[in-house]
Amino acid sequence: MINKIVQSMAEALAGIRDGAVVLLGGFGSIGLPYALVEGLIEQGAKELTVVANNAGVGRVGLAKLLDAGRVRKIICSYPRTSDPVAFLEAYRAGRVELEVMPQGTMAERMRAAGAGIPAFYTPTSVGTKLAEGKEVREFAGRQYVLEEALHGDVALIECWEADRWGNLTYRSSARNFNPVMATAAKLTIAQAQHIVELGVLDPEKVVTPGIYVSRVVHVPYGEPTIT
Amino acid sequence: MNVNASASVLAACKPWTRAEIAANAAHDIPEGFYVNLGIGIPVLIADHLPADREIVIQSENGVLGMGPAPEPDKINRWLINAGKQYVTMVPGGSYMHHADSFALIRGGHLDLCVLGAFQVAENGDLANWATSDGDHMPAVGGAMDLAAGAKRIWVLMEHTTKSGESRLKRRCSYPLTAPGVVKRVYTNLAVLDVTDDGFVVRSMVPGLTLEALQDVTEARLRMAN
Repeated sequence: MINKIVQSMAEALAGIRDGAVVLLGGFGSIGLPYALVEGLIEQGAKELTVVANNAGVGRVGLAKLLDAGRVRKIICSYPRTSDPVAFLEAYRAGRVELEVMPQGTMAERMRAAGAGIPAFYTPTSVGTKLAEGKEVREFAGRQYVLEEALHGDVALIECWEADRWGNLTYRSSARNFNPVMATAAKLTIAQAQHIVELGVLDPEKVVTPGIYVSRVVHVPYGEPTIT
Repeated sequence: MNVNASASVLAACKPWTRAEIAANAAHDIPEGFYVNLGIGIPVLIADHLPADREIVIQSENGVLGMGPAPEPDKINRWLINAGKQYVTMVPGGSYMHHADSFALIRGGHLDLCVLGAFQVAENGDLANWATSDGDHMPAVGGAMDLAAGAKRIWVLMEHTTKSGESRLKRRCSYPLTAPGVVKRVYTNLAVLDVTDDGFVVRSMVPGLTLEALQDVTEARLRMAN
């Protein structure tokens, strides 16, 4: 019997190693798996490279992981959130490296990773300093920049419903980076608001098929807040 | 006209407010357009769209068919826009994940993207993500994808900086978001098209003259026929 549902946070996060590339879902605080991040702090992995849209807000979530000194590098599109205090402190102290990339390039690099595409050409960032040093090639009279797939060792994602095969649904705009990150990591761990019996999810409404998911942990925390 | 005379012309006219800038742009968006609105003045466009036109708003975080802010007792706490504010979904709306959202953006499916900017040059160059090459924490977000991908780019911004420096430039001094993409600019003083011959003024606030506008604008201006 396939059963990806685990009973504890420790079980969910077992095996994440120092130096791992961690894909962290969410856009702002919506769809960000806070409980998994808390669990990762307990779990203790360090020297992490975190790929996330933002660089943490206040002192919670990714910011707390930064405060705990576990992050070596952040790859994100938008580090300037409303209150990036933990990131700013770590960055100014030279404790964390930053790589900024266009949001769509970040998403597509992970899509490519999950789809077996090693690299692709994109019009985004042509003629800007984010394209410096990258291969540029012309197709049909327009220039494109070569970008490589972005693989994760681990993806930490949040979903709405999950079954024991790891089929997932999402809630409104909390979908965001979660489905694409689920495809791009060797180990995908989902935090679910609701666990349902196998067969309950309408196959037409499953967004992430269970093949992409390694472990599911039930975290019925209620509603998110904008931080 | 000398600078003092220009200054008195400028002082005598009332610049458009942020809401009026947004309303000017909203008025020009045709029926049936799919539109992405950037953070800042552009998001205000949603409050000024003509009621008799169906215009579909996209938000980069996977929302197509975004509606206005919710009533305080009807907030869906899972539904935010790119500026991380609560929004609503209109009938006919749909969700998608980030890779699909940016495929839509990059793939040329949006009729229009309206962005804020630091600077726009007379060749259509857009600078809206970093204020110097030495900016160690630039925040690009989705701006480069939108600028490269939408069928047309309009910019809404103040005409000058707080210190009075023109944001309409001969060449951008800030790092580019994308070269040669801006088609129209709405400022608090004027509406301008970007053409092969540079900026062409479509309209100005009442009482303003081309000479007075030129005196606060680095780029060369000419009137539309």
